Amino acid sequence: MNSFQLIEYAAWALSIVLGLYMLFDTIRTNRAYSEDLLTSSREGEIDEALVIDPPHQGGHL
Amino acid sequence: MNQTTAVHGEKISLLRVLGPAHVWALGVGIVLVGEYMGWNFAVGKGGAIAALIACWAAGLLYTCVAMIDSEVTSTVAAAGGQYAQSKHIIGPLMAFNVGLYLVFAYTMLEAANAITLGYLVQTVGQMAGFAEAQDKPFIVLAIVFLAWLNYRGVYATLTVNLVLTAIAFIAVVILFTAVKPWSTEMLNHKEILNGLPYGWIGVLASLHFGLWYYLGIEGTCQAAEEVRSPARSLPLGTMAGIMTLLIAATMTWYLCSGLMPWEYLGQATTPLFDAARLTSSTPLMVLLFIGTMFSTLASANGCINDASRAWFSMGRDRYLPTWFGAVHPKNRTPFRSIVFLVPVALTFAYFAPLDQVITFSILSGLLGYTYMSIQVIFFRQMWPLDMIKRGYVHPFHPIPALVLLTICSATYFAVFLGYGTQLVAMMVFFIVASLWFHFHRYKYVRRGDQFTMNWPRPQGY
Repeated sequence: MNSFQLIEYAAWALSIVLGLYMLFDTIRTNRAYSEDLLTSSREGEIDEALVIDPPHQGGHL
Repeated sequence: MNQTTAVHGEKISLLRVLGPAHVWALGVGIVLVGEYMGWNFAVGKGGAIAALIACWAAGLLYTCVAMIDSEVTSTVAAAGGQYAQSKHIIGPLMAFNVGLYLVFAYTMLEAANAITLGYLVQTVGQMAGFAEAQDKPFIVLAIVFLAWLNYRGVYATLTVNLVLTAIAFIAVVILFTAVKPWSTEMLNHKEILNGLPYGWIGVLASLHFGLWYYLGIEGTCQAAEEVRSPARSLPLGTMAGIMTLLIAATMTWYLCSGLMPWEYLGQATTPLFDAARLTSSTPLMVLLFIGTMFSTLASANGCINDASRAWFSMGRDRYLPTWFGAVHPKNRTPFRSIVFLVPVALTFAYFAPLDQVITFSILSGLLGYTYMSIQVIFFRQMWPLDMIKRGYVHPFHPIPALVLLTICSATYFAVFLGYGTQLVAMMVFFIVASLWFHFHRYKYVRRGDQFTMNWPRPQGY
Protein backbone atom coordinates (compact mmCIF):
# COMPACT_ATOMS: atom_id res chain seq x y z
CA MET A 1 0.00 0.00 0.00
CA ASN A 2 1.48 3.36 -1.01
CA SER A 3 1.05 6.66 0.80
CA PHE A 4 -1.58 7.96 -1.65
CA GLN A 5 -3.72 4.90 -0.97
CA LEU A 6 -3.49 5.74 2.73
CA ILE A 7 -4.81 9.23 1.94
CA GLU A 8 -7.63 7.67 -0.07
CA TYR A 9 -8.58 5.38 2.85
CA ALA A 10 -8.44 8.38 5.18
CA ALA A 11 -10.82 10.25 2.85
CA TRP A 12 -13.24 7.30 2.86
CA ALA A 13 -13.00 7.00 6.65
CA LEU A 14 -13.61 10.72 7.22
CA SER A 15 -16.55 10.67 4.82
CA ILE A 16 -18.11 7.74 6.70
CA VAL A 17 -17.56 9.39 10.10
CA LEU A 18 -19.09 12.72 9.00
CA GLY A 19 -21.96 10.98 7.20
CA LEU A 20 -22.75 8.87 10.26
CA TYR A 21 -22.49 11.92 12.52
CA MET A 22 -25.15 13.74 10.47
CA LEU A 23 -27.34 10.64 10.30
CA PHE A 24 -27.20 9.90 14.04
CA ASP A 25 -27.63 13.55 14.97
CA THR A 26 -30.67 13.78 12.71
CA ILE A 27 -32.20 10.69 14.33
CA ARG A 28 -31.36 11.95 17.83
CA THR A 29 -32.83 15.38 17.11
CA ASN A 30 -35.98 13.86 15.61
CA ARG A 31 -36.47 11.84 18.81
CA ALA A 32 -35.54 14.60 21.26
CA TYR A 33 -37.87 17.32 19.98
CA SER A 34 -41.49 17.29 18.96
CA GLU A 35 -42.31 17.43 15.27
CA ASP A 36 -44.41 20.56 15.82
CA LEU A 37 -41.43 22.36 17.28
CA LEU A 38 -38.99 21.25 14.59
CA THR A 39 -41.32 22.37 11.81
CA SER A 40 -42.47 25.57 13.55
CA SER A 41 -40.46 27.92 11.32
CA ARG A 42 -42.66 30.26 9.31
CA GLU A 43 -41.76 32.21 6.20
CA GLY A 44 -41.41 35.95 6.61
CA GLU A 45 -41.32 36.00 10.41
CA ILE A 46 -38.61 38.41 11.51
CA ASP A 47 -38.37 38.14 15.24
CA GLU A 48 -35.09 38.08 17.13
CA ALA A 49 -36.93 36.82 20.21
CA LEU A 50 -37.43 33.49 18.47
CA VAL A 51 -33.84 32.53 19.27
CA ILE A 52 -33.87 29.36 21.34
CA ASP A 53 -31.06 27.45 22.94
CA PRO A 54 -28.77 30.55 23.13
CA PRO A 55 -25.46 28.67 23.57
CA HIS A 56 -25.85 27.33 20.05
CA GLN A 57 -26.02 30.11 17.51
CA GLY A 58 -25.43 28.18 14.35
CA GLY A 59 -21.67 28.59 14.57
CA HIS A 60 -21.96 32.26 15.61
CA LEU A 61 -20.99 32.60 19.25
CA MET B 1 -36.67 14.85 31.63
CA ASN B 2 -38.29 15.14 28.25
CA GLN B 3 -35.90 17.28 26.19
CA THR B 4 -38.82 18.90 24.40
CA THR B 5 -39.54 20.88 27.51
CA ALA B 6 -35.97 22.12 27.73
CA VAL B 7 -36.40 24.44 24.76
CA HIS B 8 -36.75 28.09 25.81
CA GLY B 9 -39.46 29.05 23.39
CA GLU B 10 -42.14 27.70 21.14
CA LYS B 11 -40.73 28.28 17.69
CA ILE B 12 -37.51 27.70 15.85
CA SER B 13 -36.40 29.86 12.98
CA LEU B 14 -33.31 30.06 10.81
CA LEU B 15 -30.66 32.26 12.37
CA ARG B 16 -30.24 35.90 11.29
CA VAL B 17 -26.49 36.35 11.56
CA LEU B 18 -25.26 37.14 8.06
CA GLY B 19 -24.07 40.46 6.65
CA PRO B 20 -23.48 41.81 3.10
CA ALA B 21 -20.01 40.20 2.98
CA HIS B 22 -21.55 36.76 3.51
CA VAL B 23 -24.08 37.47 0.76
CA TRP B 24 -21.20 38.44 -1.56
CA ALA B 25 -19.32 35.27 -0.54
CA LEU B 26 -22.36 33.13 -1.24
CA GLY B 27 -22.98 34.57 -4.71
CA VAL B 28 -19.39 34.98 -5.91
CA GLY B 29 -18.33 31.77 -4.14
CA ILE B 30 -20.78 29.70 -6.17
CA VAL B 31 -19.72 31.32 -9.44
CA LEU B 32 -15.98 32.02 -9.32
CA VAL B 33 -15.13 28.41 -10.17
CA GLY B 34 -16.55 29.23 -13.61
CA GLU B 35 -13.59 31.55 -14.18
CA TYR B 36 -11.16 28.81 -13.18
CA MET B 37 -12.71 26.25 -15.51
CA GLY B 38 -15.66 25.77 -17.83
CA TRP B 39 -15.93 29.23 -19.46
CA ASN B 40 -13.20 28.28 -21.94
CA PHE B 41 -15.42 25.70 -23.67
CA ALA B 42 -17.04 28.81 -25.18
CA VAL B 43 -13.69 29.38 -26.93
CA GLY B 44 -13.95 25.88 -28.43
CA LYS B 45 -17.43 26.68 -29.74
CA GLY B 46 -16.56 29.87 -31.60
CA GLY B 47 -13.01 31.09 -30.96
CA ALA B 48 -11.60 33.54 -28.40
CA ILE B 49 -13.40 36.62 -29.76
CA ALA B 50 -16.71 34.72 -29.67
CA ALA B 51 -15.98 33.80 -26.05
CA LEU B 52 -15.44 37.49 -25.24
CA ILE B 53 -18.74 38.42 -26.89
CA ALA B 54 -20.39 35.57 -24.94
CA CYS B 55 -18.70 36.81 -21.76
CA TRP B 56 -20.22 40.26 -22.14
CA ALA B 57 -23.60 39.07 -23.44
CA ALA B 58 -23.86 36.69 -20.50
CA GLY B 59 -22.60 39.54 -18.30
CA LEU B 60 -25.50 41.66 -19.54
CA LEU B 61 -27.91 38.78 -18.88
CA TYR B 62 -26.65 38.37 -15.32
CA THR B 63 -26.57 42.11 -14.65
CA CYS B 64 -30.29 42.09 -15.51
CA VAL B 65 -30.74 39.03 -13.28
CA ALA B 66 -28.91 40.72 -10.39
CA MET B 67 -30.85 43.98 -10.73
CA ILE B 68 -34.24 42.28 -10.99
CA ASP B 69 -33.39 39.87 -8.19
CA SER B 70 -32.20 42.68 -5.94
CA GLU B 71 -35.46 44.59 -6.29
CA VAL B 72 -37.79 41.63 -5.79
CA THR B 73 -35.74 40.03 -3.02
CA SER B 74 -35.58 43.26 -1.07
CA THR B 75 -39.36 42.93 -0.67
CA VAL B 76 -39.70 39.12 -0.44
CA ALA B 77 -37.14 38.35 2.26
CA ALA B 78 -37.66 34.61 2.59
CA ALA B 79 -35.55 31.48 2.29
CA GLY B 80 -36.20 29.85 -1.04
CA GLY B 81 -35.36 33.07 -2.92
CA GLN B 82 -36.93 33.01 -6.37
CA TYR B 83 -39.26 30.20 -5.26
CA ALA B 84 -40.83 32.45 -2.60
CA GLN B 85 -40.92 35.35 -5.06
CA SER B 86 -42.78 33.41 -7.74
CA LYS B 87 -45.21 31.99 -5.18
CA HIS B 88 -46.31 35.49 -4.25
CA ILE B 89 -46.17 37.10 -7.68
CA ILE B 90 -47.29 34.41 -10.15
CA GLY B 91 -48.69 31.43 -8.28
CA PRO B 92 -48.12 27.96 -6.80
CA LEU B 93 -47.49 25.97 -10.01
CA MET B 94 -44.82 28.41 -11.17
CA ALA B 95 -43.32 28.44 -7.67
CA PHE B 96 -43.13 24.64 -7.62
CA ASN B 97 -41.28 24.65 -10.94
CA VAL B 98 -38.94 27.44 -9.87
CA GLY B 99 -38.18 25.55 -6.65
CA LEU B 100 -37.23 22.50 -8.70
CA TYR B 101 -35.08 24.62 -11.07
CA LEU B 102 -33.19 25.94 -8.06
CA VAL B 103 -32.65 22.55 -6.43
CA PHE B 104 -31.55 20.99 -9.74
CA ALA B 105 -29.26 23.87 -10.73
CA TYR B 106 -27.46 23.91 -7.38
CA THR B 107 -27.31 20.17 -6.76
CA MET B 108 -25.95 19.53 -10.27
CA LEU B 109 -23.44 22.34 -9.85
CA GLU B 110 -22.39 20.88 -6.51
CA ALA B 111 -21.89 17.48 -8.19
CA ALA B 112 -19.86 19.09 -11.00
CA ASN B 113 -17.65 20.83 -8.44
CA ALA B 114 -17.06 17.60 -6.55
CA ILE B 115 -16.13 15.80 -9.79
CA THR B 116 -13.66 18.58 -10.61
CA LEU B 117 -12.15 18.53 -7.14
CA GLY B 118 -11.71 14.75 -7.32
CA TYR B 119 -10.07 15.12 -10.73
CA LEU B 120 -7.64 17.75 -9.40
CA VAL B 121 -6.55 15.64 -6.44
CA GLN B 122 -6.21 12.59 -8.70
CA THR B 123 -4.05 14.61 -11.12
CA VAL B 124 -1.81 15.77 -8.29
CA GLY B 125 -1.48 12.14 -7.16
CA GLN B 126 -0.57 10.98 -10.65
CA MET B 127 1.93 13.84 -11.08
CA ALA B 128 3.51 12.73 -7.78
CA GLY B 129 4.07 9.25 -9.22
CA PHE B 130 0.97 7.41 -7.99
CA ALA B 131 -0.43 6.16 -11.28
CA GLU B 132 -3.30 4.30 -9.58
CA ALA B 133 -4.61 7.42 -7.79
CA GLN B 134 -8.42 7.47 -7.56
CA ASP B 135 -10.79 10.46 -7.68
CA LYS B 136 -13.85 8.88 -6.03
CA PRO B 137 -12.77 9.12 -2.35
CA PHE B 138 -12.23 12.86 -2.75
CA ILE B 139 -15.50 13.41 -4.61
CA VAL B 140 -17.37 11.76 -1.74
CA LEU B 141 -15.34 13.54 0.94
CA ALA B 142 -15.93 16.97 -0.63
CA ILE B 143 -19.71 16.49 -0.68
CA VAL B 144 -19.98 14.94 2.79
CA PHE B 145 -17.57 17.37 4.47
CA LEU B 146 -19.29 20.44 3.04
CA ALA B 147 -22.72 19.03 3.91
CA TRP B 148 -21.46 18.55 7.48
CA LEU B 149 -20.25 22.16 7.55
CA ASN B 150 -23.65 23.36 6.33
CA TYR B 151 -25.36 21.10 8.86
CA ARG B 152 -23.41 22.69 11.72
CA GLY B 153 -24.35 26.31 11.03
CA VAL B 154 -24.75 28.99 8.39
CA TYR B 155 -22.38 31.56 9.90
CA ALA B 156 -19.36 29.27 9.93
CA THR B 157 -20.29 27.93 6.49
CA LEU B 158 -20.43 31.30 4.79
CA THR B 159 -17.45 32.69 6.71
CA VAL B 160 -15.44 29.79 5.28
CA ASN B 161 -16.86 30.70 1.86
CA LEU B 162 -15.79 34.31 2.33
CA VAL B 163 -12.18 33.30 3.01
CA LEU B 164 -12.03 30.73 0.18
CA THR B 165 -13.63 33.11 -2.33
CA ALA B 166 -11.48 36.09 -1.38
CA ILE B 167 -8.29 34.03 -1.81
CA ALA B 168 -9.48 32.63 -5.16
CA PHE B 169 -10.36 36.11 -6.44
CA ILE B 170 -7.06 37.63 -5.25
CA ALA B 171 -5.22 34.78 -7.04
CA VAL B 172 -6.84 35.85 -10.35
CA VAL B 173 -5.89 39.50 -9.75
CA ILE B 174 -2.28 38.54 -8.90
CA LEU B 175 -1.96 36.39 -12.04
CA PHE B 176 -3.46 39.19 -14.16
CA THR B 177 -0.89 41.64 -12.76
CA ALA B 178 1.96 39.13 -13.14
CA VAL B 179 1.42 38.70 -16.90
CA LYS B 180 1.86 42.49 -17.31
CA PRO B 181 -1.31 43.28 -19.23
CA TRP B 182 0.02 46.73 -20.08
CA SER B 183 2.77 45.23 -22.28
CA THR B 184 3.23 42.53 -24.93
CA GLU B 185 6.07 40.91 -23.04
CA MET B 186 4.01 37.84 -22.12
CA LEU B 187 0.64 38.35 -23.78
CA ASN B 188 0.42 38.04 -27.52
CA HIS B 189 -3.13 38.84 -28.58
CA LYS B 190 -2.02 40.22 -31.95
CA GLU B 191 -0.60 36.87 -33.04
CA ILE B 192 -2.98 34.51 -31.23
CA LEU B 193 -6.43 35.99 -31.86
CA ASN B 194 -7.93 34.73 -35.13
CA GLY B 195 -11.30 36.48 -35.43
CA LEU B 196 -14.40 34.31 -35.65
CA PRO B 197 -13.40 30.88 -37.05
CA TYR B 198 -17.04 29.68 -37.19
CA GLY B 199 -18.62 33.06 -37.91
CA TRP B 200 -21.61 34.40 -35.98
CA ILE B 201 -23.15 30.95 -35.49
CA GLY B 202 -20.03 30.21 -33.42
CA VAL B 203 -20.76 33.30 -31.33
CA LEU B 204 -24.29 32.06 -30.72
CA ALA B 205 -23.06 28.55 -29.85
CA SER B 206 -20.52 29.96 -27.39
CA LEU B 207 -23.33 31.57 -25.36
CA HIS B 208 -24.01 28.13 -23.86
CA PHE B 209 -20.74 28.07 -21.93
CA GLY B 210 -20.64 31.87 -21.65
CA LEU B 211 -23.18 31.48 -18.83
CA TRP B 212 -20.52 29.61 -16.89
CA TYR B 213 -18.77 32.92 -16.11
CA TYR B 214 -21.66 33.93 -13.84
CA LEU B 215 -23.98 30.94 -13.25
CA GLY B 216 -25.30 31.01 -9.68
CA ILE B 217 -24.99 34.69 -8.70
CA GLU B 218 -28.77 34.72 -8.22
CA GLY B 219 -28.18 32.33 -5.30
CA THR B 220 -27.58 35.28 -3.00
CA CYS B 221 -31.27 35.66 -2.28
CA GLN B 222 -31.47 32.19 -0.73
CA ALA B 223 -29.89 33.80 2.33
CA ALA B 224 -32.84 36.19 2.71
CA GLU B 225 -34.07 34.65 5.96
CA GLU B 226 -30.60 34.51 7.49
CA VAL B 227 -29.28 38.04 6.87
CA ARG B 228 -29.58 40.67 9.56
CA SER B 229 -30.90 43.35 7.23
CA PRO B 230 -32.36 41.80 4.06
CA ALA B 231 -33.47 45.04 2.39
CA ARG B 232 -29.91 46.41 2.61
CA SER B 233 -27.64 43.37 2.60
CA LEU B 234 -29.15 41.44 -0.30
CA PRO B 235 -28.99 44.20 -2.97
CA LEU B 236 -25.55 45.31 -1.70
CA GLY B 237 -24.10 41.78 -1.69
CA THR B 238 -25.67 40.84 -5.03
CA MET B 239 -24.66 43.97 -6.93
CA ALA B 240 -21.13 43.88 -5.47
CA GLY B 241 -21.04 40.22 -6.50
CA ILE B 242 -21.95 40.78 -10.15
CA MET B 243 -19.44 43.65 -10.38
CA THR B 244 -16.71 41.38 -8.98
CA LEU B 245 -17.60 38.69 -11.50
CA LEU B 246 -17.66 41.06 -14.49
CA ILE B 247 -14.14 42.18 -13.55
CA ALA B 248 -12.90 38.65 -12.89
CA ALA B 249 -14.42 37.29 -16.13
CA THR B 250 -12.86 40.01 -18.29
CA MET B 251 -9.44 39.64 -16.63
CA THR B 252 -9.61 35.86 -17.04
CA TRP B 253 -10.47 36.09 -20.74
CA TYR B 254 -7.79 38.70 -21.39
CA LEU B 255 -4.89 36.85 -19.82
CA CYS B 256 -5.87 33.35 -21.03
CA SER B 257 -6.57 34.44 -24.62
CA GLY B 258 -3.23 36.25 -24.74
CA LEU B 259 -1.27 33.25 -23.52
CA MET B 260 -2.91 30.25 -25.23
CA PRO B 261 -4.10 29.61 -28.80
CA TRP B 262 -7.83 29.01 -29.07
CA GLU B 263 -7.39 25.41 -30.23
CA TYR B 264 -5.82 24.57 -26.86
CA LEU B 265 -7.78 26.99 -24.68
CA GLY B 266 -11.09 25.66 -26.02
CA GLN B 267 -10.54 22.26 -24.47
CA ALA B 268 -8.31 22.97 -21.45
CA THR B 269 -9.57 21.54 -18.16
CA THR B 270 -8.04 24.22 -15.92
CA PRO B 271 -7.27 27.28 -18.09
CA LEU B 272 -6.20 29.65 -15.30
CA PHE B 273 -3.86 27.06 -13.81
CA ASP B 274 -2.46 26.40 -17.30
CA ALA B 275 -1.93 30.15 -17.73
CA ALA B 276 0.05 30.17 -14.49
CA ARG B 277 2.16 27.26 -15.77
CA LEU B 278 2.97 29.26 -18.91
CA THR B 279 4.50 32.01 -16.77
CA SER B 280 7.05 29.41 -15.49
CA SER B 281 6.65 30.85 -12.00
CA THR B 282 6.34 28.20 -9.27
CA PRO B 283 4.71 30.53 -6.70
CA LEU B 284 2.09 31.51 -9.30
CA MET B 285 1.45 27.86 -10.15
CA VAL B 286 0.98 27.01 -6.47
CA LEU B 287 -1.24 30.07 -5.95
CA LEU B 288 -3.48 29.25 -8.93
CA PHE B 289 -3.69 25.60 -7.92
CA ILE B 290 -4.85 26.72 -4.47
CA GLY B 291 -7.24 29.18 -6.13
CA THR B 292 -8.69 26.40 -8.28
CA MET B 293 -9.22 24.10 -5.29
CA PHE B 294 -10.68 26.89 -3.13
CA SER B 295 -13.04 28.13 -5.83
CA THR B 296 -14.32 24.58 -6.35
CA LEU B 297 -14.87 24.07 -2.62
CA ALA B 298 -16.55 27.48 -2.21
CA SER B 299 -18.89 26.75 -5.09
CA ALA B 300 -19.95 23.35 -3.80
CA ASN B 301 -20.35 24.82 -0.32
CA GLY B 302 -22.64 27.62 -1.53
CA CYS B 303 -24.62 25.20 -3.67
CA ILE B 304 -25.40 22.97 -0.66
CA ASN B 305 -26.54 26.07 1.22
CA ASP B 306 -28.85 27.21 -1.59
CA ALA B 307 -30.29 23.85 -2.65
CA SER B 308 -31.15 22.98 0.94
CA ARG B 309 -32.89 26.35 1.52
CA ALA B 310 -35.02 25.92 -1.60
CA TRP B 311 -35.93 22.34 -0.65
CA PHE B 312 -36.64 23.41 2.94
CA SER B 313 -38.94 26.23 1.82
CA MET B 314 -40.94 23.92 -0.42
CA GLY B 315 -41.32 21.48 2.47
CA ARG B 316 -42.41 24.27 4.81
CA ASP B 317 -45.17 25.26 2.39
CA ARG B 318 -46.23 21.59 1.95
CA TYR B 319 -45.24 21.64 -1.73
CA LEU B 320 -43.12 18.68 -0.61
CA PRO B 321 -43.60 16.58 2.56
CA THR B 322 -43.52 18.90 5.60
CA TRP B 323 -40.80 16.70 7.10
CA PHE B 324 -38.30 18.67 5.03
CA GLY B 325 -39.41 21.97 6.57
CA ALA B 326 -37.66 21.29 9.89
CA VAL B 327 -35.00 23.49 11.52
CA HIS B 328 -32.31 22.06 13.78
CA PRO B 329 -32.92 23.42 17.31
CA LYS B 330 -29.23 23.90 18.08
CA ASN B 331 -27.57 24.55 14.72
CA ARG B 332 -30.56 26.48 13.34
CA THR B 333 -30.14 24.98 9.88
CA PRO B 334 -32.60 23.08 7.62
CA PHE B 335 -30.89 19.85 8.66
CA ARG B 336 -33.24 17.31 7.07
CA SER B 337 -33.04 18.99 3.67
CA ILE B 338 -29.24 19.12 3.90
CA VAL B 339 -29.00 15.42 4.79
CA PHE B 340 -31.58 14.36 2.18
CA LEU B 341 -29.74 16.09 -0.68
CA VAL B 342 -26.37 14.46 0.14
CA PRO B 343 -27.15 11.10 -1.56
CA VAL B 344 -28.74 12.95 -4.49
CA ALA B 345 -25.54 14.93 -5.11
CA LEU B 346 -23.40 11.84 -4.54
CA THR B 347 -25.37 9.87 -7.13
CA PHE B 348 -24.88 12.51 -9.82
CA ALA B 349 -21.22 13.07 -8.90
CA TYR B 350 -20.48 9.35 -8.85
CA PHE B 351 -22.30 8.16 -11.95
CA ALA B 352 -23.03 11.06 -14.34
CA PRO B 353 -20.52 12.50 -16.86
CA LEU B 354 -19.32 16.05 -16.10
CA ASP B 355 -20.59 17.73 -19.27
CA GLN B 356 -24.09 16.29 -18.77
CA VAL B 357 -24.17 17.45 -15.16
CA ILE B 358 -23.03 20.95 -16.19
CA THR B 359 -25.61 21.11 -19.00
CA PHE B 360 -28.48 20.14 -16.69
CA SER B 361 -27.31 22.79 -14.23
CA ILE B 362 -27.16 25.46 -16.97
CA LEU B 363 -30.59 24.47 -18.30
CA SER B 364 -32.19 24.64 -14.86
CA GLY B 365 -30.64 28.06 -14.31
CA LEU B 366 -31.77 29.25 -17.73
CA LEU B 367 -35.36 28.23 -17.07
CA GLY B 368 -35.19 30.21 -13.84
CA TYR B 369 -33.90 33.36 -15.58
CA THR B 370 -36.62 33.15 -18.21
CA TYR B 371 -39.26 33.09 -15.52
CA MET B 372 -37.62 36.07 -13.75
CA SER B 373 -38.01 38.29 -16.79
CA ILE B 374 -41.74 37.57 -16.92
CA GLN B 375 -42.18 37.78 -13.17
CA VAL B 376 -40.72 41.26 -12.77
CA ILE B 377 -43.13 42.66 -15.38
CA PHE B 378 -46.04 41.18 -13.39
CA PHE B 379 -44.51 42.50 -10.16
CA ARG B 380 -44.29 46.10 -11.38
CA GLN B 381 -47.81 45.93 -12.85
CA MET B 382 -49.47 44.38 -9.81
CA TRP B 383 -47.52 46.27 -7.14
CA PRO B 384 -46.22 49.55 -8.64
CA LEU B 385 -43.37 51.46 -7.00
CA ASP B 386 -45.67 53.64 -4.89
CA MET B 387 -47.56 50.61 -3.52
CA ILE B 388 -44.73 48.60 -1.93
CA LYS B 389 -41.50 50.04 -0.54
CA ARG B 390 -38.46 48.39 -2.09
CA GLY B 391 -34.94 48.23 -0.65
CA TYR B 392 -33.66 48.64 -4.22
CA VAL B 393 -35.39 49.78 -7.42
CA HIS B 394 -33.84 48.56 -10.66
CA PRO B 395 -33.55 51.23 -13.38
CA PHE B 396 -34.92 51.42 -16.95
CA HIS B 397 -37.80 48.97 -16.39
CA PRO B 398 -38.89 47.06 -18.55
CA ILE B 399 -35.68 47.14 -20.64
CA PRO B 400 -33.70 44.78 -18.34
CA ALA B 401 -36.59 42.27 -18.37
CA LEU B 402 -36.81 42.37 -22.19
CA VAL B 403 -33.03 42.12 -22.61
CA LEU B 404 -33.01 39.15 -20.23
CA LEU B 405 -35.77 37.39 -22.15
CA THR B 406 -34.01 38.00 -25.48
CA ILE B 407 -30.62 36.69 -24.32
CA CYS B 408 -32.30 33.68 -22.65
CA SER B 409 -34.04 32.83 -25.95
CA ALA B 410 -30.73 33.01 -27.84
CA THR B 411 -29.08 30.81 -25.21
CA TYR B 412 -31.81 28.15 -25.50
CA PHE B 413 -30.93 27.95 -29.19
CA ALA B 414 -27.23 27.72 -28.30
CA VAL B 415 -27.91 24.84 -25.88
CA PHE B 416 -30.13 23.17 -28.47
CA LEU B 417 -27.23 23.20 -30.96
CA GLY B 418 -25.05 21.10 -28.66
CA TYR B 419 -27.41 19.34 -26.25
CA GLY B 420 -30.86 19.20 -27.89
CA THR B 421 -31.75 15.82 -26.38
CA GLN B 422 -31.03 17.02 -22.84
CA LEU B 423 -33.06 20.18 -23.44
CA VAL B 424 -36.08 18.15 -24.56
CA ALA B 425 -35.61 15.60 -21.73
CA MET B 426 -35.52 18.39 -19.16
CA MET B 427 -38.67 20.02 -20.56
CA VAL B 428 -40.50 16.65 -20.44
CA PHE B 429 -39.36 16.15 -16.83
CA PHE B 430 -40.71 19.55 -15.73
CA ILE B 431 -44.02 18.97 -17.53
CA VAL B 432 -44.47 15.59 -15.76
CA ALA B 433 -43.47 17.15 -12.40
CA SER B 434 -45.98 19.98 -12.96
CA LEU B 435 -48.76 17.48 -13.66
CA TRP B 436 -47.87 15.58 -10.49
CA PHE B 437 -47.98 18.82 -8.48
CA HIS B 438 -51.25 20.02 -9.99
CA PHE B 439 -53.19 16.75 -9.76
CA HIS B 440 -51.67 15.17 -6.65
CA ARG B 441 -49.55 17.34 -4.40
CA TYR B 442 -51.40 20.65 -4.37
CA LYS B 443 -54.31 19.23 -2.37
CA TYR B 444 -51.98 18.99 0.66
CA VAL B 445 -51.06 22.69 0.49
CA ARG B 446 -52.77 25.04 2.96
CA ARG B 447 -53.69 27.64 0.41
CA GLY B 448 -54.01 30.66 2.70
CA ASP B 449 -50.84 29.90 4.68
CA GLN B 450 -48.47 29.92 1.73
CA PHE B 451 -48.79 33.68 1.12
CA THR B 452 -46.94 35.33 3.97
CA MET B 453 -45.99 38.81 2.74
CA ASN B 454 -47.95 41.66 4.23
CA TRP B 455 -48.66 43.30 0.88
CA PRO B 456 -51.71 45.31 -0.20
CA ARG B 457 -54.15 43.82 -2.69
CA PRO B 458 -52.53 43.87 -6.15
CA GLN B 459 -53.62 46.54 -8.61
CA GLY B 460 -56.49 45.34 -10.80
CA TYR B 461 -57.56 42.50 -8.44
